Amino acid sequence: MKHLSNGGAPATAGRGVGSSLEVSDLLVTTSDGHAVVVDEVSFTVGSGQVLGLVGESGSGKTTIALALLGHVRRGLRIGGGSVRLGGRNVLGMGPSDLRRLRGLEISYVPQDPASALNPVHRVGAQVAEALSVHPGCVDDLRDRVSQVLSDVDIVPEKEMLRRYPHQLSGGQQQRIALAIAFACRPSMIVLDEPTTGLDVTIQRHVLETVRRLCHSYGAGAVYVSHDLAVVSDVATNVAVVYGGRIVELGETDRTFAAPIHPYTRGLLDSIPSPRRSEVLHGISGQPPRIGHRPTGCAFEPRCESRVDACALRTPDPVEVDGRIVRCFRANEMLTLNLRHRPQPAAAPHAGQPKLSVRDLCGFYGDHRALSNVNLEVRQQQCIAVVGESGAGKTTLAQCVAGLNRNWTGEVSLDGKHLKPDAKARDLDLLRRIQYIFQNPYLALNPRQTIGQIVSKPVQHFFHLPRADVEREVLKAMEDVSLGSSYLERYPDELSGGERQRVAIARALVARPELLICDEITSSLDVSVQAAIVEMLRRLQVEHDLSMIFITHNLALVRSIAQECIVLSEGRMVEAGRVTDVLERPSHPYTVRLIADMPTMPEGSKEYPAPVDPE
Amino acid sequence: MTSVRKVGERGAKTQRRHIGPGVVLWRAARTRRGKIGLSLAGLIVAVAAIGPFVAPYSPTAFVGLPYAPPSTAALLGTDTLGRDVLSRVLEGGWVLLIMAVAATTIGVALGAMAGITAAYLRGAVDTVIMRLADVILAFPQLVFALLLVSLVGPRLWLIVLAIALSHVPQVARVSYGTAAGVCERPFIKAQELNGVRPHRIMIDEIFPNLITPIVVEFGLRLTFSIVVMAGLSFLGFGQPPPAPNWGYMISENRVGLAQNPWGVVVPAILIAVLTIGVNTFGDAVARVAMGAVGRRSEIALVGSGVGVVDGSEETTTVLVDAGGVP
Repeated sequence: MKHLSNGGAPATAGRGVGSSLEVSDLLVTTSDGHAVVVDEVSFTVGSGQVLGLVGESGSGKTTIALALLGHVRRGLRIGGGSVRLGGRNVLGMGPSDLRRLRGLEISYVPQDPASALNPVHRVGAQVAEALSVHPGCVDDLRDRVSQVLSDVDIVPEKEMLRRYPHQLSGGQQQRIALAIAFACRPSMIVLDEPTTGLDVTIQRHVLETVRRLCHSYGAGAVYVSHDLAVVSDVATNVAVVYGGRIVELGETDRTFAAPIHPYTRGLLDSIPSPRRSEVLHGISGQPPRIGHRPTGCAFEPRCESRVDACALRTPDPVEVDGRIVRCFRANEMLTLNLRHRPQPAAAPHAGQPKLSVRDLCGFYGDHRALSNVNLEVRQQQCIAVVGESGAGKTTLAQCVAGLNRNWTGEVSLDGKHLKPDAKARDLDLLRRIQYIFQNPYLALNPRQTIGQIVSKPVQHFFHLPRADVEREVLKAMEDVSLGSSYLERYPDELSGGERQRVAIARALVARPELLICDEITSSLDVSVQAAIVEMLRRLQVEHDLSMIFITHNLALVRSIAQECIVLSEGRMVEAGRVTDVLERPSHPYTVRLIADMPTMPEGSKEYPAPVDPE
Repeated sequence: MTSVRKVGERGAKTQRRHIGPGVVLWRAARTRRGKIGLSLAGLIVAVAAIGPFVAPYSPTAFVGLPYAPPSTAALLGTDTLGRDVLSRVLEGGWVLLIMAVAATTIGVALGAMAGITAAYLRGAVDTVIMRLADVILAFPQLVFALLLVSLVGPRLWLIVLAIALSHVPQVARVSYGTAAGVCERPFIKAQELNGVRPHRIMIDEIFPNLITPIVVEFGLRLTFSIVVMAGLSFLGFGQPPPAPNWGYMISENRVGLAQNPWGVVVPAILIAVLTIGVNTFGDAVARVAMGAVGRRSEIALVGSGVGVVDGSEETTTVLVDAGGVP
């Protein structure tokens, strides 16, 4: 190993400093070679650069990231192309070379640190192991362990080193994973959604650590994320992935300020802004499934700017404005403004109080999860409940709905007191409050057709004749923009967004007055989230609904809610109109939440100055 | 599994197939293991079902000397009393089969009900049902059946009931485990929030999700029923003597094993082949049911959406069927 001679490199410099990662024409197919998963992927990451790999679920971004280490998941194989790191082709290496390479020169930080760390080994030993598998990579193992732990802001005390992963918080676990990745001072780091599932404050700390480490170690990084705000925060360059290909590749600021590819534009249109209340635009349709990519541009079926040529052949990448874009209309698109996002129609005047909650104290087992919460939801009003994980948001929703009966206080709907347990409430009250669950993948019975699922509440509450039931079901399906063709299908034939629509339809057929939405978009892609949020806003007016919208995403609050309460550790720390809370937060907790929220550069929402391609 | 379509096929909205219990059975029947199991079991069922109509003699008629070796008159020789072994073999299967199927059906049905009820209602009901199951589980199946039969006497309905009861705890355990996972799913909560009665939730929402494991369990339990049923007959607790019965035949003819072994060997082989056949097919079903799950999670990785926080079984189904990846 030539590079080993660099073992005693200065602590601040990475191994093989300056070695860049060059990917060209990477092709990943299924192991039988029939279906293409990722192809024609080319990019370069220099030392000190961070490339953001963004795209929605199923776009192939994780597959690309893993291929950089010469690895593919089971059922796939690398079909061609090259990944050069410091001049050597990673894809041509044998297993033993790859083992030496990984960790030493290129390392990987997985999405979920809880499952990436071995639960039965102490964290100190796990960091040390990363070093000891590459003998000779450092002079003094123990020194290096404490050094790298300090680098990720973990005090390398004996007591900390002796802990097991479950004794650390999520943020600390991710730092340990980062320490393991940086331990051997690799020249390239691949980070796969390292902050997904972390609260905003912890996310900000992790992002800062990543940025600082890449800088001080002179390492390059590939940062995979679905969150454009995070990427805009951390990445110098960005590659937008769609249907297994890179559709736009360029400098982050420029790309997000003046996106060229219609898909990038669509993504930016879908992101709620924490600064303004705007109408969100989802991208209609669904991304192509593996092996079902259209002949032409993969985005063509969903593209609003398509021309005839798009369906016939795949556009070759062209360079426009310093960026590489796969679109026939790249030159025109550059001068096109971003979609104007109007303010949504003023919220209807809040009517009579619908739900009132007084002095609600909720318990989760013996643990007091909520203390003295007061809130009021008026007719046609949406109140957002925000806070970090463990703040008691879901407990609040479950207490009101009667799923959790361990609470004291007073909750009333239209002045009628609600009993703590849903089982003790009368049928009409149950009908008027409908609950939509966070995870659409678990919210529908996999053994029933969509038609059965949606018709159930109608039969249960209204005892209508069959024809009327069918009519009600069809109406609800239309309300959620799903046609009658869905009625015969089973939930596992639907995408996450479609399932969540079905869950909403199931709530609507009960003709509810209050809708409790518990993080209903948190497991969906932004383009789908945008469509669901806009749909809810329409339904709110059409069906005269009041809503409690629970979310950890502050930016989303602007787009959906009029009122907002902020929970922290079970206490209500702030309440008021959304604009007031977000613009003039008074409690330090809210101030911190807003400050830590990753945001797109303000310029991206303004109309970009048209740049002459010449 | 949808075959992999040409990449060029645009906008084709393929109907992704839902994997229900029927599909699992069908797929199991088409595997090599399933074909072997079905043929073996089918052969024996055919012997038992058609046998009575083609038997050359009455099963109770004396056709020769005891333990006469095979001859043209009696192809498999005669038994301990000089009756035709072939006729008794052909006659002696159907009662055993019907009783085994009946016992298994009753046992699995009761067990599933007990398991689902305990898992869904929790609390005291759970404790009572599952601890009772533990008590019954403490008795070996055959001993439990013998205990009941020795109290009342060898009645056929009682044997069926005794064997059915001895299945209940095991089936209850299996369905309890599966149902406990299903009960926590939000779609159950959604029904509860609408005030749907518990028994309707158990029947309409939970039970359909348990069909596949219950079908697998049925196959295994049927094997046990056959063996225990034959064992009881062997011990003399079956149909009363003159009636032919494979289990009892082994017992009554074993003294003459040296003179005419067929009276023991043939019924023994029939019981063994039936058991192996049913078991092999049950195994094929289990493999397909689990294989579907295993394959899903494997393929899930192909496009595991990182934006999607969830890695549930259902998510992955979509991907498998979507990708058509082998």
